[in-house]
Amino acid sequence: MRIEYRMPALGADMDYGTVVEWHVQPGSRFKRGDVVAVVETDKGAIDVEIFEEGVVAQLLVQPGTKVPVGTPLALIEVEGLAPSPALAGEGGGEGSSPSPALAGEGGGEGSFPSPALARERVPAGRVRAPDSSARVRISPAARIRAKELGVDISTLTGSGPDGAVTRDDVERSAKGMPSPPPSPSKLGEGVEPSPPPSPSKLGEGAEPSPPPSPSKLGEGEKKTMRDAIAASMSRSKREIPHYYLSLTADVTHAVDWLAAHNAAVPVTERLLFAALLVKAVALACRHEKGFSGFYRDGRYEEAPAVHVGVAVAIRGGGLVAPAILDTAIKPLPTLMQEFRDIVARARAGRLKASELAAPTIILTSLGDSPVESVFPIIQPPQVAIVGAGAVLPRPWVCDGQLVVRQLCTLSLGADHRVTDGRLGAQFLGRIARLVAAPDSPEWSAT
Amino acid sequence: MTVSSASTRITYREAVKQAIREALLSDPRTFLMGEDVGRYGGCFAVSKGLLAEFGEERIRDTPLSESAFVGAGIGAAMGGMRPIVEIMTVNFSLLAADQIVNTAATVCHMSGGQFAVPVVIRMATGAGRQLAAQHSHSLEAWYAHVPGLRVVVPATIDDARGMLKPALASADPVLIFEPASLYNMEGELTEAARHADLSTARVHRAGRDVSLITYGASLWRCATAADELAAKGVDAEIIDLRSLRPLDDATILASVRRTRRAVIVDEGWRSGGISAEIAMRIVEQGFYDLDAPIARVCTEEVPLPYPKHLEDAALPNPARIVATVQRMFSHAD
Repeated sequence: MRIEYRMPALGADMDYGTVVEWHVQPGSRFKRGDVVAVVETDKGAIDVEIFEEGVVAQLLVQPGTKVPVGTPLALIEVEGLAPSPALAGEGGGEGSSPSPALAGEGGGEGSFPSPALARERVPAGRVRAPDSSARVRISPAARIRAKELGVDISTLTGSGPDGAVTRDDVERSAKGMPSPPPSPSKLGEGVEPSPPPSPSKLGEGAEPSPPPSPSKLGEGEKKTMRDAIAASMSRSKREIPHYYLSLTADVTHAVDWLAAHNAAVPVTERLLFAALLVKAVALACRHEKGFSGFYRDGRYEEAPAVHVGVAVAIRGGGLVAPAILDTAIKPLPTLMQEFRDIVARARAGRLKASELAAPTIILTSLGDSPVESVFPIIQPPQVAIVGAGAVLPRPWVCDGQLVVRQLCTLSLGADHRVTDGRLGAQFLGRIARLVAAPDSPEWSAT
Repeated sequence: MTVSSASTRITYREAVKQAIREALLSDPRTFLMGEDVGRYGGCFAVSKGLLAEFGEERIRDTPLSESAFVGAGIGAAMGGMRPIVEIMTVNFSLLAADQIVNTAATVCHMSGGQFAVPVVIRMATGAGRQLAAQHSHSLEAWYAHVPGLRVVVPATIDDARGMLKPALASADPVLIFEPASLYNMEGELTEAARHADLSTARVHRAGRDVSLITYGASLWRCATAADELAAKGVDAEIIDLRSLRPLDDATILASVRRTRRAVIVDEGWRSGGISAEIAMRIVEQGFYDLDAPIARVCTEEVPLPYPKHLEDAALPNPARIVATVQRMFSHAD
C-alpha cells in the first residue's frame, strides 16, 4: 500500500529539517536501513534511514526545502501494512496529493496551526501510516494555556501521564525554562521505572529554543548548534553536582608500543593514541559501574552496552559527540577505522541520528592542542565524561631517578549523585593503567 | 442546638444519638421508628436509652417488614408528623425501595405540591466490619439517582451531629446514610455542627496538586492517603461531598479548577456509580481545566467478601489512592 514518508524528528528538540538531497528517485527500490535522504538540522546534515521495504512513488519535497517535522516528504509503496482510512480509496493510483492524511487528523484541532498536526514524535526515519498519534498529546488545560501564552504546542515535550503535555510544561516553556526530566520529583518511590532513554544528545533540554528562522543555511545553523550546546551545558551545570579528579599517567610505553605497531602496518591502518583512550574508557566502564549510563527521574541506570562518544570540534565553532557503538568489544583496528570515519563525517556534518543519540559516556581529548588537562562537563543525562590532555615529554621520577617520560593527564568529571570520589578514582586509575599498557592482559581479558 | 462552645470528643454513634435526642426534645411531631430501635437500643446501639427517656410512643419497635414501616413513616410524614425511620442497613432498604422510590420521592410531584413527605430515613451503609455481602454494600448511589429524594452521607462527627436537624426541616424525604464502620470513630464535636446543611460539599483539606473527591468512610481513607502523598511532595485537596443528591457541582468544580486533577474515591462499585456521575460533571463543566485524565478508586466489582483480607482488598484503601494519584503525575510510555 501507499503511505507517506515524513520528515522525522531527529531528536526531541528538532522542529524543522531541510531536505538537502535525495538518495532515491521515483521508482527506486529501498530496503530497511537504506539512507534515503540527507536532512540538514541544527546539528548538521544527517543521513536519514528508512525502516521499511518498498518503492518510492513520488517525491513531494524538493531539495533545499525547509519543512516542519512530520511533513510528508515522499509517497512510498510498502508491503504488509494495513490500509489506512485516510488514504483508502486512492488504490494503486498515482498519489496526487499528500493532504488527505493531514486533513483526516485535523478533527477537533480547530484553530491550531498545522505544524501541531504534523508533529510526530517517532524515532528517526520511522515510517508509519497516518493515524491519530500524530496529534499532540496535551491536556485540555495545557492547550488553553498554550493559546493564552502563544506557545506552539508542537515544540513541547510532555511530562505528564503517557508523555502528555501538561499546563506546567506550557508555562515552563513560556518562561523559557527547559523541560524537566519526565515525571517530576514528587513521584517518589513506587513509580514505574523511567521510560527507555530518549535520544541523549547535545541540546537535550533545549526545548524552548525557537524553531530556527527560515534563514539560509550556514550562520543560522551554527547559531542553533551553539544554542543547543548552551542549553545542554547550562542544564548540566545547573543540575549535575560534578566532582573532578585528575591523574597524570606515564604513557611512554604506550607511545612506544604504538610507534612499533604503526611501523609494521600500512599508513591507513596506523593507530592513534586517541584510539587507545577510547578503548580504555570503554573497558574501564565494563569493570567500574556508575559511569556509563543515564541519570533520569532521580535515578541512575547503567547502560547495558558501552558506547563511548567522542567529542569532535567542528571547524568554525561547535561541538558534537557521536558514539562509537559497542566500543568495549571492538578490536583496536576496527575502533580506529570507525574513529576516523566518525570524525570525518562529524566535520562534514554527515552524522547519523543514531550516532548522536547513542553515547553512554564521552571522551574529550585535547591531544592535538598544547593543553595538559581538561575539566570536562558532563552531557546530561549521562553521568561521566573523561578528559585527556596532550601527551608531552615531561620530567618524571622513575625508580628514584629524575627522567624524561611521555606524560598524559587524564581527568574525570563525574556525577556525585551517582558515584563518589573513591569510585571515580578507581575508574580513572583503571583507565590510566589500561592506556599505559596496551599490551597488558587486561586488554585481552575482556 | 445544644452543642457546647467548648469542643468535646465523642463518637460518631454518640453524635447521631445526640442529634436524635435533640430532635425528639425539640419537636413533639418527631418520633423514631425501626427494627430493634427500642428495647434492643438499635442494631448499632445508636438509640440505646432513648426508649427509657421518651417511651414507646416515640421510640417505636417495628415488625421485620421494611416496606410496612417505611410506608408507615411516609404516611405519617404526609399526615404532618416528622418521623425518623431507621433501616438496619442499606441492603435491607431494598425491601422498602418501592415505598422510597415510588412513593416518598413522587408524592410531592404527583400531588401537584399538595403533599410534602418530610420523612427522614436513616440507614447504615458500607463495609469494613466483616459482615459479608448482604450487609456490606454501599447502595446510596442508587437512591441518589432518584429525583425527589435528598441523599446525604455524614462522614464527620459534626455532620453526624448536625445533619438530622435540617433533614427533619426539609419538606422532601431525606435519606441519611451512616457508614457503619464510622460508629466507633471518635472526634471533636465543633461549632460547625450547628451549621450543617444538606446540599453543599466541603473542602476537608486544602491542597494544590490533586482533588480527592469522596464521601462517607472513604473520606478517612483519603485523609490517610493525603498524608502519605504530602510526604511524597503531592499536595492533595480532599472534597467531602456530604450530599450525593444534590451534588454540589460548584465546590467540586472550584476544587478541580484549582488543582486540575481529580481522583474520585467511592466505596460503591465503579460501573454506573456516583463516581461516573461526578466525573462526567467535571468533564461537562471543567474539561478545559483538566491537566490529566480523571481517575477513580472504587470497590472491586465483587459482592463484598467475608474474609478480612479479601474485604480489605476489595475496598478502596489509602495505598490504592496514593498509587492512583502517582500515576497521574508519572510519565509512563
